[in-house]
This record gives sequence, C-alpha cells and structure tokens, in this order.
Amino acid sequence: MNLILVTFIILLAFTSYYFGRKKALVIQSSQRLTALPKFYGYYLAAWCAAPALIIFALWSVFEPSIVKTFILQDYTDQNLTKNELQLIYTKVKALAAGTYTGNITNFLDESANKYIQLKGIANSAKVAIILAILIFSLSFAYRSVQKNDRMREPVEIFLKWVLFVASLGAVLVTIGIVFSLLFEAIRFFQAVKIFDFIFGTHWYPAKTFVRDGQPDPELMKDAFGAVPLFAGTFFIAFIAMCVAIPIGLLSGIYLSEYAGRGVRKYAKPIIEILAGIPTVVYGFFAALTVGPFVKEIGNAMGLQVSAESALAAGAVMGVMIIPFISSLSDDVMTAVPQNLRDGSYAMGATKSETVKKVIFPAALPGIVGSILLAVSRAIGETMIVVMASGLAANLTMNPLESTSTITAQIVVILIGDQQFGDPKTQSAFALGISLFIVTLFLNVIALSVVKKYREKYE
Amino acid sequence: MSKIKAENVNVYYGSKQALFDVSIDIAEKEVTALIGPSGCGKSTFLRCLNRMNDVIEICKVEGSIKMDNLELNSRKLDVVRLRENVGMVFQKPNPFPKTIYENVAYGPTIHGIAQSKEEMDQIVETSLKKAALWNEVKDRLDEIGTGLSGGQQQRLCIARAISVSPEVILMDEPCSALDPIATAQIEELIDDLKKEVTIVIVTHSMSQAARVSQKTGFFHLGKLIEFGPTDKIFKNPDNQQTQDYITGRFG
Repeated sequence: MNLILVTFIILLAFTSYYFGRKKALVIQSSQRLTALPKFYGYYLAAWCAAPALIIFALWSVFEPSIVKTFILQDYTDQNLTKNELQLIYTKVKALAAGTYTGNITNFLDESANKYIQLKGIANSAKVAIILAILIFSLSFAYRSVQKNDRMREPVEIFLKWVLFVASLGAVLVTIGIVFSLLFEAIRFFQAVKIFDFIFGTHWYPAKTFVRDGQPDPELMKDAFGAVPLFAGTFFIAFIAMCVAIPIGLLSGIYLSEYAGRGVRKYAKPIIEILAGIPTVVYGFFAALTVGPFVKEIGNAMGLQVSAESALAAGAVMGVMIIPFISSLSDDVMTAVPQNLRDGSYAMGATKSETVKKVIFPAALPGIVGSILLAVSRAIGETMIVVMASGLAANLTMNPLESTSTITAQIVVILIGDQQFGDPKTQSAFALGISLFIVTLFLNVIALSVVKKYREKYE
Repeated sequence: MSKIKAENVNVYYGSKQALFDVSIDIAEKEVTALIGPSGCGKSTFLRCLNRMNDVIEICKVEGSIKMDNLELNSRKLDVVRLRENVGMVFQKPNPFPKTIYENVAYGPTIHGIAQSKEEMDQIVETSLKKAALWNEVKDRLDEIGTGLSGGQQQRLCIARAISVSPEVILMDEPCSALDPIATAQIEELIDDLKKEVTIVIVTHSMSQAARVSQKTGFFHLGKLIEFGPTDKIFKNPDNQQTQDYITGRFG
C-alpha cells in the first residue's frame, strides 16, 4: 500500500515535469519566458512530490505511536507496568496479523479488532489526505506556470533545501550514533567504576553472568578491566605498522621516483587491489595459512607458539594496510613540484640523495598523515583479529601468544545470547566509545597534518 | 678562450626533433646569452650542457659537446661531477623547503666539500655574499628558504649554485618570474660573477641579453641562426631573421 502510494507520487512528479515543460513551451511561442523551460518542469515536479512526501513521512513516523495510544487506553485502569503494556501491544499486533499462538482472551480479541479497524481508518485517511495535498499543490503550482512567474529562484531554493536535508540527515545520524554509544556507556559506568574499566587488567565479562538478579559487585570490579584490550589493540596495530610502514613507504618511493611510467601504470592498481580484498578473506588467510606457518617456524626454533598468534594477525593486517601507505605516500611525493627535483639534480645529487634530502622531507607531513590514517584503520580492524588472534584477552607483549583487541571483544559480546540491561552487553558500548575517541583523535591529527602540508605549496 | 664547444648537436623528444645541428663556442669567463622565440630550443640546448635532459625519459641527444676537452655527451661521463662543475639556476625560483643555511649547504654536503662545521659556515657565508644576499639574511639563516621574496629566493638559488664553486653557471630565464628591481639586482650579480665563472643565460628579454652578455646566439625553430658578439647581433646582424626578431617583427 505504502509502496504503491510512494511510487504513484514519484510517477506523478515525473509526469508533471513534462506537463510543466510543455506548458512553458506553449507560453514561449507567444512571449519570452523568465527561465528555461526545464525550470517550469522542475517547479511543478517539486511542488508535486515534496509536500506529499513530507506529509507521508510524518504520517509514517507518528501513526504507530498514535494507534498504540488508542489501543492501550483500554488497559490504563489495570495498573500495568510499561513492559507489560508493551507485551500486550505486541500480542495485539500479532493477533491482528494472524500469527499469535497463545490463548486468546476476549479482551485481547476486542483489542485486535479495534487495532485492525484503526489501521484501516488510518490508511484511508492517509490516502485521502495525500491525494488532497497532491491536487492542491499541483493546481497551485500549475497556476504559477500559467502566469509565467519567475521560476529559477524557487527551484534553486528548493534544491538548496534538498541538499540541506541530505546533509542534515548525515549529521543527525552521526550524532545519534555517538549519543546512543554515550548513553549506553554511561549506564555501563553506573554498574562498573570508570576507574576499574580504564585501569583494570583483567577482562573476563562472562564471569558476571548470573541467572537471576544482580551479579556480585566484587565480581564486577574485576571482570571489566580494559587494559588487556587496549594493550592488545595497540600491540597488534604496532605489529601491523611494522609490516606496513617500511614496505608501504619503500614501494611508494619506488612508484613515485623510480618506476617508469609503464611500471607505475600497472603496479599501482595492482597494489591497490590489496585494499579491495574483503577483510574476512585476509582473516582466513591469517588463520589458516600464516598462523600455522608462524607456529611451525617457531616450533622449529624451539619456541612455544600458539596457533592463534598476535604476530600472524598483525602481519596479515600489515599486508592489508600496505596499499593505504604506498598509494597515499606515492601521491604526496608525486605532488612535490618537479622544480625541486630539478634543483637537486642540477646540484649533482643522485636520485637517492634527492629522495632522502628533498622529496621525502617535503612530503613528510603528507606521509605522516597517511600513516596516521593507516593506524586508525589498523585499530578499527576486527575480522582478522577475530579469526587469527583468538578471543582470550591475555595481557601479553609476546607476539607469539594469542591476544585480543577492543573490536574483537565487541564481536564476542554482541553475538549469541545477550540481555540488554546487562553490564556485559553495555560494556560493548563502553568499548565502542573508547575506540571511537581514539580513532577520532588520530583522524583529527592526520587531517590537520595533511592540511598543513597542502598550505605549504599553495 | 673556449670553455664549451658544441658540434652538430641534435636533440629529439621521442620522434620530434627539437634541435638541428647546433654548433657553438662558448668563451670562458664571459656571459653568453641565448635568445629566440618560445619553443625555439634554447632551453633544450642549455639543458644539454649539464645533462639535465637525462631526467626526461624520451629525450635523446646526439652530437659532441666538449667542455675543456671532456666529452659531455658520453655514457661514461660522471654526471655528478659534471653538475658540480656546471651549476644551474631555473626560471622559477626553486629553493628547497629547508632553512636558508641548509639550502646553500646542500651542494657542499652531497659533494663532501666541507671538512668541518666552520668550513661549511664559511662556504655558506661566502656564497651568500657573492649572491648579494648575505646582508639581508645573515640574522635569519635558520628560517625557511621558501619564506623569502621572489627575488631573494632566486638569489638564494644562485648562492646554492655557486656554493660548490662551479666553473660554469647555466641560467634558464632567471628573471622571468621577478619584478624589475629584483631583475636589476640579478643582472648586477651576473656582471660580478662573470669575473670568476662562465655564464650561459637563456632569456626572453632582448634588452636583458643586450645589457648582460658579451656574446649572443639567436635560435629559431631548433636551429642556431646566428651567433656572435652581442654588439654585432643587436646593431648589425648578418641574418634577416635575426634582424626581424631583434626589431620585434616576430617572436
């Protein structure tokens, strides 16, 4: 029903575009238009679609809660809690849809009938109102077209608002995500002291699971220490950067300064393919190939290596990040003006001296920016860690042991059984917001560094 | 006395020929100006003298260029030594984004000329003095070279070029990005420098060529049309094309 309505509005908007344009062309034959004919089409289409769609959206947002209030009015005298009311409403809806399987009381049956009735009224009212609006706004707009009013300004203003709403949507969604993280995190910190979270060295949230009632506060104190996770996150990111920075930078230097045009043309896209491989593929590559390989080598050298090691996960993550660094650093080094290279060569500097003393220092801010972006990518990486480095949050600095990261623990917490009010579930939000703060911080630094670099040559 | 002797130099960019049989004798401790309309090959020829064309992949140079009997257009030539002896100043000032001191010390560092910090300080000071920049920058040697004015940047580039005591300095339209006052300073500097070094300057400004040079060569469409003493070229050229260019009838 809704789909048909929206499709109808959109089709009507397209049709009215052609009507508007056609009308304008008719006017054009007798007098000069105040705008191009297509603006008349846009104007009519905008008036057709915008008011109807806005009303439709508002209706869809508010209708369910209004219906719900009407239904639950009948239950107000029963002194029910919010949760019980919610349960009843769910039952009523299920009954109306014919999917309810429990025993049906008369009262419930009555409510379900009322629900179906209300829904029917609401739907007819919606269609009627929207049709009325369509007729009204179209006739209003068509009169303007007939009068050959100025059309450019209203169309431009309309487009400005469309763009504004789109950006507003993006901003609001971001703010919404941050706040939902924040609120849940705050609730978590009501159960667990923030001090215990930041400085605790033991992460074992499963310990707090109790069948009924509240877990022991003493247990809570020792179960949510995030230090092993932060340590593991930075440790694996560090291993990844140890792989990615040297290889990425050196290949970036090769691409920008040494490679011939032909090599660069093919080598660069090939390296960039690395960035296009899904991380889950890297994940099983790490878990099934690199992990056992590291274990074998380690065992051959007489070392104790677990099959899921931080080294394997970090190394594979490093490979994944190489294209970020090589591609970005290639770009910033290529952007160093040719006349600096010429100046250096003309002094008798060799290629490597020129790279080391002129190109690299000049491109350094951009390179630092690319590295920081790569670090925040490494910190946020989840899949490789989940698959290759295990889920036990060991506090260790031994790359041959398994360790876990913030992102991997969030996965562990939010898959499988969970209860929403539980500190265990809420701890995912606390972890999420800490991760968000760290990567935000890194990105802000990276962007300001890159910006500084741009200013230098302009 | 002849410093550089070029014979039958042909230069190709891919399949396009940029220079045709250019032969020229450049005299020692004189200023030789190369003039001609845009795209006539004068900069291309200049870049043959310190092998800067090597940087361009598709460029091919044929013929013989001898400097003090050393063949420059040879695979065996040590390009690093050549460029130590033949400095270059570019059209657009291109100081490195480093301090003024580091800019001048760049050449002596890569060629291992200075043995101590004192010696390096001395080289930097002498070079900046020769480039007539010392008094303006002596109190701020640790500031970034790109922060100077255009004329100062170009003199810094000249100081950088003379820091390794080259025998020849090539200048590729060194004043085209500068205002008249900065141009006058550079021209004065060229006049001073020619006591010690051989200078080859490419310029678009005929009055500049007339002011600073002793010999002038006129290029047109990749050919050296006429070469001779500046006075003669400007007052009484042999070739009609030269006459037309000098008097502003084309170019």
